[in-house]
Amino acid sequence: MIDGREREWADWMRRAIDGDADAYRRLLTAITPRLRAMARRRCDQFGAPPSEAEDVVQEVLLAIHLKRGTWDPARPLGPWLSAITRNKLIDSLRRRGRVVNAPVEDLIETLEAEETGAITDRLDVERVLGGLRDPQRDIVRSISLEGRGVRETAERLGMSDGAVRVALHRALKALAAIYGRESR
Amino acid sequence: METSALIRLLAGDAKVREPFARGLLGAAALSVALTAGLFALALGPRPDIAAAMETARFPFKFVVTGALAVTAFHALLLAGRPEARFHLAPLLAAPLLLAGAALAELAVTPMASWPALMIGENAALCLTLIPLFSAGPLACLIRVSRRGAPARPGRAGALAGLAAGGVAAFFYAANCVDDSPLFVLAWYPVAIGMVALAGYLIGRRALRW
Repeated sequence: MIDGREREWADWMRRAIDGDADAYRRLLTAITPRLRAMARRRCDQFGAPPSEAEDVVQEVLLAIHLKRGTWDPARPLGPWLSAITRNKLIDSLRRRGRVVNAPVEDLIETLEAEETGAITDRLDVERVLGGLRDPQRDIVRSISLEGRGVRETAERLGMSDGAVRVALHRALKALAAIYGRESR
Repeated sequence: METSALIRLLAGDAKVREPFARGLLGAAALSVALTAGLFALALGPRPDIAAAMETARFPFKFVVTGALAVTAFHALLLAGRPEARFHLAPLLAAPLLLAGAALAELAVTPMASWPALMIGENAALCLTLIPLFSAGPLACLIRVSRRGAPARPGRAGALAGLAAGGVAAFFYAANCVDDSPLFVLAWYPVAIGMVALAGYLIGRRALRW
C-alpha cells in the first residue's frame, strides 16, 4: 500500500515539475495531513501549541516546493521526500527552541492526523503579506486569499501569465525567508 | 496564513524551470570557460608547451588536477540532493595518483635533487594564482548550489571549493614550469586547500536552507 502511494505521489510530482498545477495540488494535499501528524506529535512532546505545529508544516511544504528541482524523476520519491522533511522539521523545531532527540519517522509511512479541532496558524496573513513588495503582495493575496488562479490574477493585474509566475516564484522564496525570521 | 491557501500559492508555481543538476552542469561549464578566458588573457601557456607535452611529468599535472575537478564536481552534484549518501572514496583518486607519482619521482631522482625539485621556482605564484583563478568558478558553483538541498552545507561548500581549485590548478599548470610531482605535492594541496576552506566557510552560511 505504501508502494502504491509512493508511485502515485511520484507520478504527481513528475507532472507537477512539467507544470501540472492540479497534480501538484493533489500531491501537497496528500502530504499535508501526514506532515501535520508528525509536527503535532513533536509539538505535543514540548507542550507547544498546535499553531506552532502548523507553522512547521508550512515551512516544510515551502522547503519541498523550493527544493523540488533536486529530486531526480528517475529515482523513487520517498527517500527524497523523507530527507527534505526530516531536515526541515528538525531545523524548524530547533529554531523554535525545541530539541529533537528522537529519530524522525518516515513521512510516507506516517498516518494522517485526525482532523480534530480547528487548524490554527500563528503567522498572520497580513504580517506575511507585509513582508512582501508589490506586485508580489497583490499576487499572493489574489491567489491565496481570494482564490484566483494564475491566469485570472494576471488578467486582473494587467500582467502576463509569465510575469505573474516569475513574481510568484520570488514571493515564495521571500516567504520562506520570512518564516525563517519570524521563528527565531 | 492557512495551509490550504499556501498550497494554492505553491500550485501556481508548479513548473520547475531548470532542474538542479542541469543548473549545476551549466555552472561547471561556465567555470571552465571563465577560467580558460582569464588564463588566455592574463597568463597563457608556457613557451615550451609543445616540448613539455612530450615529457611524462608535465601532462601528469593535468591528469591529477583534472581528476580532482571531476570527482569534486560529481560529489558536489550528489551533495545537493538531500537523500544522497556521501562517498569519500572517489575523492581519494587525485591524492592517491599524486602520492603514487611522488613516490615514483623519489625512485628515479637522486636524493640530492629532492629539495630543489620540491621547492621549485614558482611556489609563491602557485599559491597566489590558483586561489585567484578559483574565485570565479567558486562563485558560480556556490550560487547554483544555493538551489540545492545539502544535508551538510559546509561540506557542499568545501566540495565547491575543491572543484573550483581543481579547475584553476588545471589551467595554472599549463603555465608553470615546475613539473615535478614533488612540487605539485608540496604546493598544489596548500593552494587548493585554501579554496576549499573558503568554500567551507561560505557554504556553511550561504548553502543553509
